[in-house]
Amino acid sequence: MTTVMKVSGLSKHFGGVRAVQDVSFELGENQLLALIGPNGAGKTTCFNMLTGQLKSDSGSILMLGKEMTGLKPRQIWRLGVARTFQITETFASMTVSENVQMALMSHEREMFGFWARAKDRYVPDALELLMQVDMADQARRPCAELAYGDLKRLELAVALAHSPRILLMDEPTAGMAPGERKSLMALVAGLVGKGGVSVLFTEHDMDIVFGHAEKVMVLDQGELVAAGTPAEVRANPLVQEIYLGQPARIDQSGDEGAADA
Amino acid sequence: MSDAPFYFAQFLTGLASASSLFLVASGLSLIFGVTRIVNFAHGSFYMLGAFTAYSLVNALPSGIFGFWSSVFLSALLVGLIGAMFEFVVLRRIYRAPELFQLVATFALVLIIQDAALWIWGAEDLLGPRAPGLDGAIEIFGERIPEYDLALIVAGPAVLLAVWLFLHRSRWGTLIRAATEDREMAGALGVNQSLLFTAVFFLGSFLAGLGGALQVPREAASLLMDLNVIAEAFVVVVIGGMGSIVGAFLAAVLVAELNAFGILVLPKITIVLAFIVMAVVLIVRPWGLLGKPQAGQHGAGEPEQPLRPLAGLPLVAALIVVAALVLAPAIAGDFMLVLLTDFLVAALFAASLHFIMGPGGMISFGHAVFFGLGAYGAALLVKFAGAGMIVALAVAPLCAAAAGVVVGWFCVRLSGVYLAMLTLAVAQIVWSIAFQWQDVTGGDDGIVGVWPAQWAASKAAYYYVALVLCLGGIWLLHRFTHAPFGYGLRAGRDSSLRAESIGINVHAHQWMAFVIAGGLAGVAGSVFVFSKGSIFPDELAIPRSVDGLIMVLLGGIKMLFGPIAGAAAFTFLEDIVTRLSYWRAIFGGLILLIVLAAPDGVAGGFARLTTRWRGKALQAKP
Amino acid sequence: MTRFVSLRLISLCVAVLAASAAAVVAEPIKIGEINSYTRLPAFTEPYRKGWQMALEEINAAGGVNGRKLDVIARDDAGKPGNAVKIAEELVSNDKVSLLFGTFFSHIGLAVADFAKQRKVLFVASEPLSDAIVWSKGNRYTFRLRPSTHMQAAMLAAEAAKLPATKWATIAPNYAYGKDAVKEFKAELKKLKPDVEFIEEQWPTLFKIDAGATVRALERAKPEAIYNVTFGGDLAKFVREGSLRGLFENRTVVSLLTGEPEYLLPLKGEVPVGWIVTGYPWQFIEDEVHRKFVDAYKAKFSEDPKMGSLVGYNSMLAIAAIVKKAGGTDTEAMLKAASGLTFDSPSGPITFRVADQQSTMGAWVGKTGLKDGSGVMTDWRYANGADYLPSAEEVKKLRPAN
Repeated sequence: MTTVMKVSGLSKHFGGVRAVQDVSFELGENQLLALIGPNGAGKTTCFNMLTGQLKSDSGSILMLGKEMTGLKPRQIWRLGVARTFQITETFASMTVSENVQMALMSHEREMFGFWARAKDRYVPDALELLMQVDMADQARRPCAELAYGDLKRLELAVALAHSPRILLMDEPTAGMAPGERKSLMALVAGLVGKGGVSVLFTEHDMDIVFGHAEKVMVLDQGELVAAGTPAEVRANPLVQEIYLGQPARIDQSGDEGAADA
Repeated sequence: MSDAPFYFAQFLTGLASASSLFLVASGLSLIFGVTRIVNFAHGSFYMLGAFTAYSLVNALPSGIFGFWSSVFLSALLVGLIGAMFEFVVLRRIYRAPELFQLVATFALVLIIQDAALWIWGAEDLLGPRAPGLDGAIEIFGERIPEYDLALIVAGPAVLLAVWLFLHRSRWGTLIRAATEDREMAGALGVNQSLLFTAVFFLGSFLAGLGGALQVPREAASLLMDLNVIAEAFVVVVIGGMGSIVGAFLAAVLVAELNAFGILVLPKITIVLAFIVMAVVLIVRPWGLLGKPQAGQHGAGEPEQPLRPLAGLPLVAALIVVAALVLAPAIAGDFMLVLLTDFLVAALFAASLHFIMGPGGMISFGHAVFFGLGAYGAALLVKFAGAGMIVALAVAPLCAAAAGVVVGWFCVRLSGVYLAMLTLAVAQIVWSIAFQWQDVTGGDDGIVGVWPAQWAASKAAYYYVALVLCLGGIWLLHRFTHAPFGYGLRAGRDSSLRAESIGINVHAHQWMAFVIAGGLAGVAGSVFVFSKGSIFPDELAIPRSVDGLIMVLLGGIKMLFGPIAGAAAFTFLEDIVTRLSYWRAIFGGLILLIVLAAPDGVAGGFARLTTRWRGKALQAKP
Repeated sequence: MTRFVSLRLISLCVAVLAASAAAVVAEPIKIGEINSYTRLPAFTEPYRKGWQMALEEINAAGGVNGRKLDVIARDDAGKPGNAVKIAEELVSNDKVSLLFGTFFSHIGLAVADFAKQRKVLFVASEPLSDAIVWSKGNRYTFRLRPSTHMQAAMLAAEAAKLPATKWATIAPNYAYGKDAVKEFKAELKKLKPDVEFIEEQWPTLFKIDAGATVRALERAKPEAIYNVTFGGDLAKFVREGSLRGLFENRTVVSLLTGEPEYLLPLKGEVPVGWIVTGYPWQFIEDEVHRKFVDAYKAKFSEDPKMGSLVGYNSMLAIAAIVKKAGGTDTEAMLKAASGLTFDSPSGPITFRVADQQSTMGAWVGKTGLKDGSGVMTDWRYANGADYLPSAEEVKKLRPAN
């Protein structure tokens, strides 16, 4: 299996607090890799370093054979890495379709166009992407009217717009109804299965994690404490200990995930 | 060493001024910190404090008790007026788009100006000196007025009192919680309306106190409001919005720099505070003790997706354009002059809207581009002997070039800090135009910049203005609908999302500044030939504020908002200035609009037509 | 026939009435007036009362050449752009025969340039800037009030008599302040070549940091001080200055401070013995002036101010111009105004041919206190004509047009 992302010795601290400490891992091609851990374990910090939102103190991030540390989010995106956010980030003043068109226009480097009518650019392509996430019927609705679950799916469509090789998803199902979660992750798993994209995601919902991830990594107090197949991780006594204080996390697919996000 | 006493005394003098400055600024900072309202009327409260204290001092028995009760009672009265304003007006428009409330405070400024004129008359009113503090004492052989010493104590005393109130009382804790995070405070079960009223009371109380304490130092005058407001904002921003301690430090910094600056460079005081603010903002984008503003998303309903101009709105727009084109056939010369004014205002407001609406960047200094366009044209005519066409073509480039420089600094900031940096730039450029007599003519300006022979008639020049201004507005419209405009809005809606789909948000915002600057420059150069002269006024704060009011009054979320705002503003002003006490009438009208249409003139209009259309649809079988 | 408050509707009615009455009575002469009424009411309100009174007197006496005068007055809100817009409306809509007014120099300059462009007569009543009649002068603009140069020269003549040689100046940092200092320095040096100017302070207009400024002046230890600050700045300057002993054993020469507009707000704190230009209306015994004061007090139940006199004289000047021109043709009025002499409470005033500046003078004297209120003492009337450059010198100052 080829490696599309290789993270080594990634560290970050805020003031005296070590948020992420010497994290190293690899993401294989067409792999669906989960990063889990209790609240405050450093998952989002880790994610923000991978996407360029945060500067790491040390360590290196190689994606698709290129060193990514120090690059800006938009440069990382250009190299074929897309992301979704824990709390959705969409363009509220645009329609659903326009949100996707933005990514398409940006990919075609049309953002400094002063003449064309943005509304008419790449409409069919956007519709196709929306179809993939089952949102085609809502293409013309203002984004601000969408239900939260639909926003999450829209984010996925936006992320897929430039056919990324790597997709980073920060809690992709947080805030969604249980039924929606399953179908969304099934969709993601399907994309990975079709080939071409590798996914790293963090998640609270253990059903989702153990149901879909090929490999699971556990982060605790900024350090990677376990990694392996879902079965291995589930059986790991250290992981059980970490989650003992919060049995709900590992035992059931409760809805609290959203509130904790 | 013989100079040491002198410098020490100068330092004390600076501290006394700092206290005065701090008292005004603290209330403003408090109000902004909690309510996020940019309160233009704060200076008016300060002025009211001075006038009421003057009246009370003369009405109450003279003496120490009478004096200090007058000071306290005036502050109390002004506090109540502030609370009443919050209760009656502002409370109704909290859900309006960000900054909209400042339109209401602007209206209040106008109303208070005329009310004060009506109550106290036009003349400056010099109150008595403070009883018991009316002399001077010698410190190291230098005479220091006793009242200065009292002020030096009063500033920190008020700081301490406010600090204790904020940190030791329940209400204070709630206010601080609200400053940190409004939603959080709401979630904690704080009665937000009551809290806001209380903050307005306290803030206005402090403004009134500041004004009342000035009575022994200066005459209560009708110019006090506007004279103090800009500097008060500067102090608040340097200190960090919402930070009382920061405001105090900033007041000391500005006042001391002033006190010592005039020993070296007496003319510097005209712009010193603004230079300090610009430097502080560039080095520390949130002021000395401020914190980054959380949550850049504006309040209220999200903006609707853009729709291309089609159907009924297109027909309406075409009718307006046709009417404008045909106007010279029926309108007299003066109507054409008024329409030219309107066109200039519309392009100016539309260019400001471009960075404020789609760009999400507030500017309090947009006049800098307008003025540079106007001065550029006038200087080209005067010094390069350029013709009208050349001047109209080149001057906007000067303004756009300024947009390159100003934008580069500004896009690194956000919110009110960005707005205040634009204000600082505008003031600095204004002071250059004001001072550089050899080139700009100083405040005597440049005269004799009239249109070329072929455009000398009102109708001919009206067409020049029509082509340039409508052309500019059309360009802005086009840009807004183009990928660039979408990119700009994307950066405003969610810069995180925009950056993570490859959009360079800063580059978009920077470019927006250049475009808006250039087109405001077009408006300015059209303006100068229509008036024949240019003065630093066109670079000054009131010109920027006019633009701001037009954009907000028109409705920031609608593309034709600035045009509606410019029309309302230009024509209303022209009509009401014929009346006596027109400022109060104008202010009252603006308040009415604000209350009737919290989404602006255009927004209100759109709501009406939607309702009408809805009814029409229902009526159909 | 004044209608400051003129709604469109009312003016329409008036127009209709006027038209129907035209057969019987000659049409009134319309005159446009522009001033910063809301921006600086303290100075422009007395001025308005002044011209209103003159207007009523003229019309009561049958008007000019059998026609009444009708003034349309408008507020420019202190914005030059507005002033030009209003001037345009007055000229093209209201069809006024001439314009007068303005207080701020820059607005005066804007309207003067408009007058040149539109070929309309403009009587600049109040602005002080020398540029209005010199560097930016034009043949359509006549200025009434004694200019910055004239008043500075009057004070320089007094200052030259003082023993002081080391001078400090304080002036608001804008064109008027700068001109006032420049002219005073030049005139005083001419009269007394051994003077030195050892310190200058330039507070921002209406934002003086009085304490610090006073101390900066005190440090220089000048023998005399030339002051140009006025209004609120002056009150602060006087208070801080007297608290800190700045005026002790020093002569202060101060521009305009003797005008009631600036003297009265100081109340009992008027610094005594300053040499000033101003208007000692209480003491002027000239009969025409006495009549003016009595009428003014009777009409408005208040004392006249400098602005009242300037406003009154403006109206007299306009009536005299129209009368001599025999009509309202602009060229005829320009010809009539040039060199015109008319009588006024200030005595005879002439619009000079060379620069179209009037010779209206000012009173030079000392400040004093009477019944707790500021007055002028030891005053004399300085005729403007004596403080103006000769025709040849003026020719060099004015652009050829």
